[in-house]
Amino acid sequence: MADSTAVDPAPVVVDGRPTGEPLIVLDHVDKHFGALHVLQDVNLTVHRGEVVVVIGPSGSGKSTLCRTINRLETIDSGTITLDGKPLPAEGRELARLRADVGMVFQSFNLFAHKTVLENVTLGQIKAKRVKPSEARTTAMEILERVGVANQADKLPAQLSGGQQQRVAIARALAMRPKAMLFDEPTSALDPEMINEVLDVMVGLARDGMTMVVVTHEMGFARRAAHRVVFMDAGQVVEEADPETFFTAPRSERAQDFLSKILTH
Amino acid sequence: MDLMVIADNMPAYLAGFRLTAQLTLVSGAGALVIGLAVAAMRVSPLGSLRAFGAVYTELLRNMPLTLIFFFAVLVLPQFGVVLPFGYWTAIICLTAYTSAFVAEAVRSGINAVGIGQAEAARAIGLTFGQSLTSVILPQAVRSVIPPLINVIIALAKNTSVAAGFAVVELVATGRRLAQQNPGDVMLLLVGVAVFYLLFTIPAGQLANLLERKVAFAR
Ligand SMILES: Nc1ncnc2c1ncn2[C@@H]1O[C@H](COP(=O)(O)OP(=O)(O)OP(=O)(O)O)[C@@H](O)[C@H]1O
Ligand SMILES: [Mg+2]
Repeated sequence: MADSTAVDPAPVVVDGRPTGEPLIVLDHVDKHFGALHVLQDVNLTVHRGEVVVVIGPSGSGKSTLCRTINRLETIDSGTITLDGKPLPAEGRELARLRADVGMVFQSFNLFAHKTVLENVTLGQIKAKRVKPSEARTTAMEILERVGVANQADKLPAQLSGGQQQRVAIARALAMRPKAMLFDEPTSALDPEMINEVLDVMVGLARDGMTMVVVTHEMGFARRAAHRVVFMDAGQVVEEADPETFFTAPRSERAQDFLSKILTH
Repeated sequence: MDLMVIADNMPAYLAGFRLTAQLTLVSGAGALVIGLAVAAMRVSPLGSLRAFGAVYTELLRNMPLTLIFFFAVLVLPQFGVVLPFGYWTAIICLTAYTSAFVAEAVRSGINAVGIGQAEAARAIGLTFGQSLTSVILPQAVRSVIPPLINVIIALAKNTSVAAGFAVVELVATGRRLAQQNPGDVMLLLVGVAVFYLLFTIPAGQLANLLERKVAFAR
């Protein structure tokens, strides 16, 4: 974790302009679930080192957006490129791409039959053909970093939700991804465990990880995000830096949404 | 009526039993391999494989086994495929038929594991095959074993269909012995039944035991 003594990486955004080159680019992306038009002409560019928070009402397509980026969902039209390359179709090529994009799920989805350590070594050994001893060393370093190294030999079911989610983050980080996707990573957690996960995520953001985070945690957005993307009914309605978005949203739909979540 | 009629014909019984056991073991092993492959097809990312797997299981599973034997014996030769009569025809038909049930049992075990596990496996870059072998099947195995034992029990009983196709397994043996000793038909057939039950009852008990264990582990 980057502590206060670490050297800050170069600023990601200067004068409201991202300094990194585009890493994730969605261009005119459309997707349907049957008759439901879940993504409607979505355009989104995430630059290297940028942290983008996606926010919006339930059913607006946030999860779907996230899942199309590593092709857990296919799209009907448009293109998605990662680091300049279009997403490959099914096969080995796609598997390699997925290793480059870490994904953290709301429900953790740790491999239930494997220990914490094995959860973090599996991808390295199988997908990257790293030697098991080397994979273990890497895994322990990352588990240390997210603060669960002392749980390495336990099964996921023996851990608290917050610990499980931190292991899930470690599992994704072990693949040395270029970007990380988080789909409501704290929504399934008891309130007292939310911060331990958010702290890990803020640390990642400070270290310069490119992140797309679906979350309603405004604290996180304010602390770590460079940009907030507001979605409603399958459309990207508004994009702004967090301060602007939360204090002076432009669109009526965003104002309406914020008034609802702020009164709760 | 005389119990000695069973003892006297023990060599014939044993020969029949050996053949029944052989049909069960060889077809069972073949059905496990093919059924596993078909189950993998049914959850694969390729639509064409999924469709093939679905047609394969639904066709075989929903036809009477006897009809499959008739197809193999009467229809395949018209297409130039002549199976050696008897033993190997029986093995092939029993394997094909049983593999559809194996595929179905394995598939429902895979579905019980939960989509989240498969998505997480894919998300860290495992290929379809790797997700299946390292993440999905190891978790499915616990819930799949009891239904698979029941599939094998059904197979053991189904081998008797081969009796109608020149394979002298247990039931065909019983029929022969009954024709030779018309006075002892009941006893001779009870003898046949005992040989089946010797295998099927313990196997059924084992399936029940494992099923309870899986239920406890939940
Ligand atoms: N596999 C699917 N099949 C059919 N419809 C789906 C599927 N997945 C999602 N949907 C529908 O697509 C819409 C968008 O879903 P999505 O999960 O992306 O929304 P979301 O913004 O993440 O919502 P939430 O805040 O509730 O997680 C919803 O109406 C949902 O019911
Ligand atoms: Mg969602």
